[in-house]
Amino acid sequence: MTAVEERTGTTPGPEKEIGKARRRKEDARLITGKTTWTDNMVLPGMLHLAVVRSPVAHARITHVDVSAVREAPGVIAVFTGSDLAEEQGSLPCAWPVTPEMVNPGHPSIAVDQVNHVGEAVAVIVARSKTAAQDAVELADIDYEPLPVVLDMEEAVADGADLVHDHLESNTSYHFVFDAGEMGTGSDTDQAFADADVVVSRRLIQQRLIPAFMEPRSVVVQPQGDNYTMWSATQIPHILRVMAAMVTGIPEHKLRVVAPDVGGGFGGKLQVNPEEILCLLIARRLGKPVKWTETRSESLMTAHHGRDQIQYVDIAADREGNLKGLRVRLLADMGAYLRLITPGVPALGAFMYPGIYKFPAYRFECDGVFTNKVPTDAYRGAGRPEATFAIERIMDELAVELGMDPLELRRKNWINADEFPFTTVAGLAYDSGDYETATQQALELLGYDELRAEQQRRRESGDRVQLGIGISTFTEMCGLAPSRVLGSLSFGAGGWEHAAIRMLPTGKVEVVTGSTPHGQGHETAWSQLVADSLGVPFEDVEVLHGDTAISSRGLDTYGSRSLVVGGSAVVKAADKVIAKARKIAAHLLEASEDDLDFEAGKFSVRGTPGTGLGIQEIALAIFAAHNYPEGIEPSIDAEATFDPENFSFPHGTHLCAMEVDTETGFVKIRKYACVDDVGTIVNPLIVEGQVHGGLAQGIAQALYEEAVYDADGNLTTGTFVDYLVPSANDLPHFDTGNTVHSAPGNPIGAKGVGEAGCIASTPAVVNAALDAVRHLGVTDIRMPLTPERVWRAIHRGGDGGDRATAGSNAYGGAQTETTAGVSTDASSLGGDR
Amino acid sequence: MIPAPFAYARPTTVDEALQAIAEGGEDVKVLAGGQSLIPVMRLRLAAPETVVDLGRVAELRGVREEDDAIVVGAMTTHADVLADPLIRQYAPLVAEATATVADRQVRHRGTFGGALVHADPAGDLPAVALALDAEFVIVGPGGRRTVGASEFFVDYLTTAVQEGELLVEVRLPKLAGSWGMHYEKFNRVAQAWSIVAVAAAVRREDGRIAEARIGLTNMGPTPLRARQVEEALAGAEATADAVAAASQHAAVGTDPSSDLNAQADYRQHLATVLTRRAVSTAAGL
Ligand SMILES: Cc1cc2nc3c(=O)[nH]c(=O)nc-3n(C[C@H](O)[C@H](O)[C@H](O)COP(=O)(O)OP(=O)(O)OC[C@H]3O[C@@H](n4cnc5c(N)ncnc54)[C@H](O)[C@@H]3O)c2cc1C
Repeated sequence: MTAVEERTGTTPGPEKEIGKARRRKEDARLITGKTTWTDNMVLPGMLHLAVVRSPVAHARITHVDVSAVREAPGVIAVFTGSDLAEEQGSLPCAWPVTPEMVNPGHPSIAVDQVNHVGEAVAVIVARSKTAAQDAVELADIDYEPLPVVLDMEEAVADGADLVHDHLESNTSYHFVFDAGEMGTGSDTDQAFADADVVVSRRLIQQRLIPAFMEPRSVVVQPQGDNYTMWSATQIPHILRVMAAMVTGIPEHKLRVVAPDVGGGFGGKLQVNPEEILCLLIARRLGKPVKWTETRSESLMTAHHGRDQIQYVDIAADREGNLKGLRVRLLADMGAYLRLITPGVPALGAFMYPGIYKFPAYRFECDGVFTNKVPTDAYRGAGRPEATFAIERIMDELAVELGMDPLELRRKNWINADEFPFTTVAGLAYDSGDYETATQQALELLGYDELRAEQQRRRESGDRVQLGIGISTFTEMCGLAPSRVLGSLSFGAGGWEHAAIRMLPTGKVEVVTGSTPHGQGHETAWSQLVADSLGVPFEDVEVLHGDTAISSRGLDTYGSRSLVVGGSAVVKAADKVIAKARKIAAHLLEASEDDLDFEAGKFSVRGTPGTGLGIQEIALAIFAAHNYPEGIEPSIDAEATFDPENFSFPHGTHLCAMEVDTETGFVKIRKYACVDDVGTIVNPLIVEGQVHGGLAQGIAQALYEEAVYDADGNLTTGTFVDYLVPSANDLPHFDTGNTVHSAPGNPIGAKGVGEAGCIASTPAVVNAALDAVRHLGVTDIRMPLTPERVWRAIHRGGDGGDRATAGSNAYGGAQTETTAGVSTDASSLGGDR
Repeated sequence: MIPAPFAYARPTTVDEALQAIAEGGEDVKVLAGGQSLIPVMRLRLAAPETVVDLGRVAELRGVREEDDAIVVGAMTTHADVLADPLIRQYAPLVAEATATVADRQVRHRGTFGGALVHADPAGDLPAVALALDAEFVIVGPGGRRTVGASEFFVDYLTTAVQEGELLVEVRLPKLAGSWGMHYEKFNRVAQAWSIVAVAAAVRREDGRIAEARIGLTNMGPTPLRARQVEEALAGAEATADAVAAASQHAAVGTDPSSDLNAQADYRQHLATVLTRRAVSTAAGL
């Protein structure tokens, strides 16, 4: 029984909202575009910005001449780095993972040196967007090239070229978690020395691009010394604080609004250079300004995700009892540290042990600078990397031991009766049952039949081989416990805030600090409030995203919204009921203790027919003609919720993969997963989150990779080469759930936003390897392009590097020309 | 993603179009479905002075029968090609390849002629036109001329259509005898261009392969015929082994590029595998 069911008692009332597969109330307006996206904003006198960007990855800026830009039609002003150097400060990094971490500072606009392709070097302000864009080519900027640092292993070698030549090395920090030292495990070196079997692998987490649907967009309106910023951001609250600190605009003079936002996946969990530039320029000019990126700018300059080299060692005895885990990471920071760049791999640090009972564990990570766009949060942030490493190495160990990969997992995972369980990484896993989820998933997949088919195909030497991949995952989410985040040196807490306003007509406004960008908060929060207050679902309106309306909040990321933000809503509703109870008692002339609250109505116990609805009380207290002495005439309430622990969703994901050994083409034959996300408030939303997560996790395994050429140009600069799969390319998903309510929040929910993305990647890669392992293949690098799979089968190795040239579609257009029109190419004939 | 400024003309006849091109200045681009031209303009890789939009030139649209050929107007959209009964009857290979082009939205706008004049090495229709020995009717200030497929594709993104000229229609000869056809496309996601593809048309006679025509997509700057395979198949037994043996020659004389999707050696390998598959299917094996 979940906490929620307990709260509302057992008498049969009206149908419960929690658990109902409601269609999302926000979707009609989002899908039909009947809303105001940031780029739709039009303000009187608004000016438009275009950014001149560096076409080179690493260079000193030797000469800047923007006089021709200034003369161009419609151009109002041009700002270069030196114009803004004094006031631009540094973009914030809120996660100094170690006290010694080196942060070179992150200018919003380059002043004398550029460190990645696409870095801003000048900003043009014009009367129209087209006028601003047309002037870009007129900027005359000379660059003196510096050696380009791209490869992490080379970057950390002695005598490497430096990204920031005023620093001593390319290493920003060295972060260590050692279970032996922390007292959560035994000595790792000893465990490895004593082990029968040690398996070591070097695994690569390729760089990914969040590729949200709505491009980034910012509008800033100055009004006297007040500023309003609209931004397509995930984090209006954090952005407000940070932008105030960076620009010196006092926080109370800055209002930030995230209107409806079209996706983020972590990619909009950022304080962007362009957001700061818009503020600085609006302040200079005293005029409203807008910047909206092109898709090319988005792929090239919005932060990327992942990009790690993982050196993983696992130790076990011959019987398959795990003895130790050792992980060393090189994590690519890119050229600068953005908001939580250094923290992403550190967040993963605690998840490498996965669901297994390791006695010993040590994690080390070097954050490394390269001449690429910075990395930062991307769906799962640190945890997909960790899950990939552990679930891949478990398979490798199983092969080494000659054990069934599922048996090996079973032997070592935490049993259902062992929860709550404190892992070797010091986390207290809350609830779950890995066995049951696995059993269900095996049935959904039709595991035994597929294994038999695999056997047949192997024996007949079929051109198409079949493999089954397993990923039994868990993750820490519901980013929260403020004290824990503090102990990890994170710059903020993890609480969430909610307010409930009871309007005179009985309608309810819910203000949430957890700003959605496509997740369906309005629907889920309405369901929570409808059940708590006993009001119709339709009577609830959810307000969010505007710091003037929702003054306190920490926004949406880390699968935290329902678990933390939703819990704050439930807590606020409890307070509303408590306040209303006093008034009900007064009006019903009964003692508070004699009142039952059920289905939105207070009634006097044992006196049938009496009763007062909470919506009626809202009107009564609005009039305030008759209410008890000594209380305020309001039943509105707010609550801030700060859980004591993360939540730990888990699940078993199984992938059956066909590999065409002749071409290397891989095709998912069947995908089944059973996730435990605790109490499910809306099954349709949960299913949607799982599907989307699977799509992105599978995309990492099979399709997506940000590729830079030897000069540091992003060659996957359009969607022709940065391959995002469509529904067409993905299989049907067989999904299921087990429900173990989370003890750490009143809803009993665990986060679901990242689960599919975290779990699926290793299942897919393990499946492909399982299909071709008998052909001598031990690893294939992600994404599993047909070429890599073919090479791994026929040439050995992990499939190797891809050629870095973009494909020839669109005449080989890799990206928008960063310098503007290239007239030589305008003929687009054979002379190109 | 905003194109540079350009002048715009929207003629309604071929004559008007030729005139607009002639008067358009130094750098004139013809706009058909815009599915290739507009992206390169938005990326500012092309910045024409004038764009002449053929969208209203009705005479360039549609498919008709003319003696021993079917004639496809240059402005016939991919979607119209797919729905056309004549194409289905006489040139199913064209329909099959067109069905693999991009997605519905692109096929609704993109045109048969535009795809051929653009001559993207990764585009699907050039190799098909080459395999079917299509003829290209070009008009210009100097009048009207017809160019065979083997002369039409000149180089990377370059065809026999000269500056000031227009492709008006493409003649696909009706093939006599019992032909089987198949387009075998290899790409990573459904809406993508070909990494390599093979267009095969095979005539069977008395259990043998009498004649095979094989076009290769993306195996060089222009579409290619796999002549050695064609020769090896002419008169060969219609068996899997014979087809496999012949297909081993598919990469001879090819010059594919190395890019993100595939390096040259892998493309050459794919060409042999896909040729075998295309010919086998076309031959009903
Ligand atoms: C997302 C996407 C995916 C795609 N995938 C594929 C694919 O898988 N396979 C594939 O084959 N294609 C693909 N394409 C391209 C598509 O087939 C285009 O329709 C085609 O390449 C160009 O046709 P168009 O009518 O749009 O021509 P436009 O873009 O209008 O023109 C292309 C070029 O041809 C010239 N031109 C056009 N018509 C004439 C004429 N009658 N006379 C002289 N010059 C002319 C233009 O000046 C221009 O240079 C894709 C396109 C997109 C946007």
